[in-house]
Amino acid sequence: MPTATELAEYESEVDAWFRENTPKDPGFILPETFMEVGTDRQFEFLRDWQAKVYEAGFVGMAWPKEYGGGGVDQAFQDLATKAMAKNRTPFLPNTIGLNWAGPLILHMGSEEDKQRYIQGILSAEDIWCQGFSEPDHGSDLGNAQCRATKDGDEYIVNGSKIWTSLGSYAKYMILLARTDPAAENKYAGLSFFLAPMTVPGVDPKPIKKLTGEYGFCQTYFNDARIPASTLLGEEGGGWQVAMVTLTFERGASGGQAGGIASMDMNANDIVELARRAKRNGKPAIDDPLIRDELVQLLIESESNSLMAKRAQLPALNSDWPSAIPMSGKLRNTEMKRRMCKLAIALQGANGARFVAADAIDGGMWQRSYFNAFSGTIGGGTSQIQKNILGERVLGLPK
Amino acid sequence: MKLSEEQIMLLDTARNFCQEKSSVTLVRDAIEKNEAYDPALWSEIAELGWLAVAVSEAHGGLDMGLASVVPIVEAMGRSLMGTPYLATTLAIQALQTSGNEAQKDAWLPQLASGTIGTVALTESDGSWLLDQVECTGSGGDELTLTGTKCQVLDAEVAELLIVSVLIEARPALVIVTKEQLPRDAIRREVVIDETRRSYTVDLTGLTVPADQVLPEADFAAIEAAALLLLSAEMAGGLSSVLHTIVEYLTTRKQFEQYIGSYQALKHPSVDVLLDQESAKSHVYHAAAVMAGGDAKETEVAVRMAKAQTSEAFSFAGDRAVQFHGGFGFTYECDAQLYLRRALWCQHQFGDERYHRQLLAPLLLD
Repeated sequence: MPTATELAEYESEVDAWFRENTPKDPGFILPETFMEVGTDRQFEFLRDWQAKVYEAGFVGMAWPKEYGGGGVDQAFQDLATKAMAKNRTPFLPNTIGLNWAGPLILHMGSEEDKQRYIQGILSAEDIWCQGFSEPDHGSDLGNAQCRATKDGDEYIVNGSKIWTSLGSYAKYMILLARTDPAAENKYAGLSFFLAPMTVPGVDPKPIKKLTGEYGFCQTYFNDARIPASTLLGEEGGGWQVAMVTLTFERGASGGQAGGIASMDMNANDIVELARRAKRNGKPAIDDPLIRDELVQLLIESESNSLMAKRAQLPALNSDWPSAIPMSGKLRNTEMKRRMCKLAIALQGANGARFVAADAIDGGMWQRSYFNAFSGTIGGGTSQIQKNILGERVLGLPK
Repeated sequence: MKLSEEQIMLLDTARNFCQEKSSVTLVRDAIEKNEAYDPALWSEIAELGWLAVAVSEAHGGLDMGLASVVPIVEAMGRSLMGTPYLATTLAIQALQTSGNEAQKDAWLPQLASGTIGTVALTESDGSWLLDQVECTGSGGDELTLTGTKCQVLDAEVAELLIVSVLIEARPALVIVTKEQLPRDAIRREVVIDETRRSYTVDLTGLTVPADQVLPEADFAAIEAAALLLLSAEMAGGLSSVLHTIVEYLTTRKQFEQYIGSYQALKHPSVDVLLDQESAKSHVYHAAAVMAGGDAKETEVAVRMAKAQTSEAFSFAGDRAVQFHGGFGFTYECDAQLYLRRALWCQHQFGDERYHRQLLAPLLLD
């Protein structure tokens, strides 16, 4: 364990680096998360940024050195991540690689997998995307129908995956596909692959989002041949691997490479907007009804941060110990959606504007509101999250 | 937010004790019996030292602070226990923050060992503004009181009441003892939570020596203590009402299915769960902040806690009744016990709307 002095010194060092190196305004609007990267110049800007951060040694710091990580205590990474948030740096775009695929490969991949994939994940040389959801099976992941048929030392993949963020830039996909349609239950027929996106027959097609921008793909597989060696775990064991991956997503098990995955937006930003935005000629913050909504938002935001603290105290979590960790995604994404909605409500008639120079803050609040649905829908909708919490935490019947 | 070993032990002991001494059956028995209090239970509570927890060592207490009262009150709330504990703890707080040495010496050791005390702050208009008082006290060495106090907890059994009155147009706190209070000055009130004993106290014509006036009138400190303890009580109640909901949803069948499988019931139950998690987090945070001593931070934390727990518990109680269907409409269903408790707590010392209103300038300006 590093000493408190070491950590304190490191904190000021890393803070100074990000203060100095955080890129200035690129001159075009940046996405908020990896799910909204819609143009080549946005992508290149963000990839260059991640490469620079990796070069400087501030991502993957706790991952093993032999595969390209930093090999130091997690406490250092946490400080670097904190410094990124504090300095409001751009996010690291290889989100699926850093937070899902990388931890998964380190957890259960072969030595060869680790040698092949880890460094490229950290440097953003190799972008990863995720192939779980399908057009007809959004929240019902276990019912995925995309087929992978064994043929010698290859699998032939047919079908399609949807919401593959960065699909057109990705070199690899974590792919959940059906290898045995006749399996005794739907879960047992699934397998998990570290699939290359660069083989013939893989075709990512950008999807236009409700914001009017691009940022997702639907990825089509037409007789795409992938090496059998890209199977992770056992054939038929894909569901278990996917569940392990989701624990990395929920942040419950640690092991991620660190770094920020989104542009930070918090309740105080809305309060600050309320001072500038006007309703009927007066600052929105003077409107008594708006004030109450702002206070409710600040309380909710405080609730989320206090819950994270209380989750560390087992004595105060004896009733439903998994409620706080398992509800993080639901709470945070729903709060963000409501927060953006309130930001629009502060603007009077200007709430009706959209992304354009004459809108308040260039229309970013309206865009953020629409994009916030990616959080409340992606990775299992809020309604599915409530089913999961009701069933697994409260023990209610399916 | 942190919890000392002592606090964890208190939490454990208090939960076990309250579960045993205040099962739902016993709560209903106590309502039925309609006694002013349960002396046997009260003396056990005193023997456990729980009344001494927040009393300073110099006055025979354990000097552990209000933060350590929180786990006790949470456990009591969880079991819907009805005792003069809240009233006595508030009287202790009033004396500690506003009394002089002689007053503290006279009363705190007694209160710490089981003498019942209470505070009389509310009046008939139901205002939560503690320093806006209509009752008066006038005179020189002997103070003559006028006016009526309402919603005074446990007045029938309290040896000591701390009463707010206007003296020379300034709000002040005065000690009134049981001996000074004629029996017919006290009238039982009907309140929504039947586990409470609440009274109207007619002060008119009462005289007390002027040395029973407290030198200070720190209403803010009394309010903060009340908000913290009511929030703790509600946080405990929230856990229990959710267990009650889950129990019914996993055993009751309609249309050949357990009703908990219907999303119309499942999803709002999850809302209650998350409200409960949030409420409990605010309560223990507020307790820690109060122990730290920063006045503004404490005010923000206790008002947030009270706003959150009030809204969450009254919603949970409301849904608990609804989810029990026809049974929920009956007195026999336990959901009403929680809903009544929730509404009582919600309307003591300010509801969520009131506290959010007071939070606005603290957070926004």
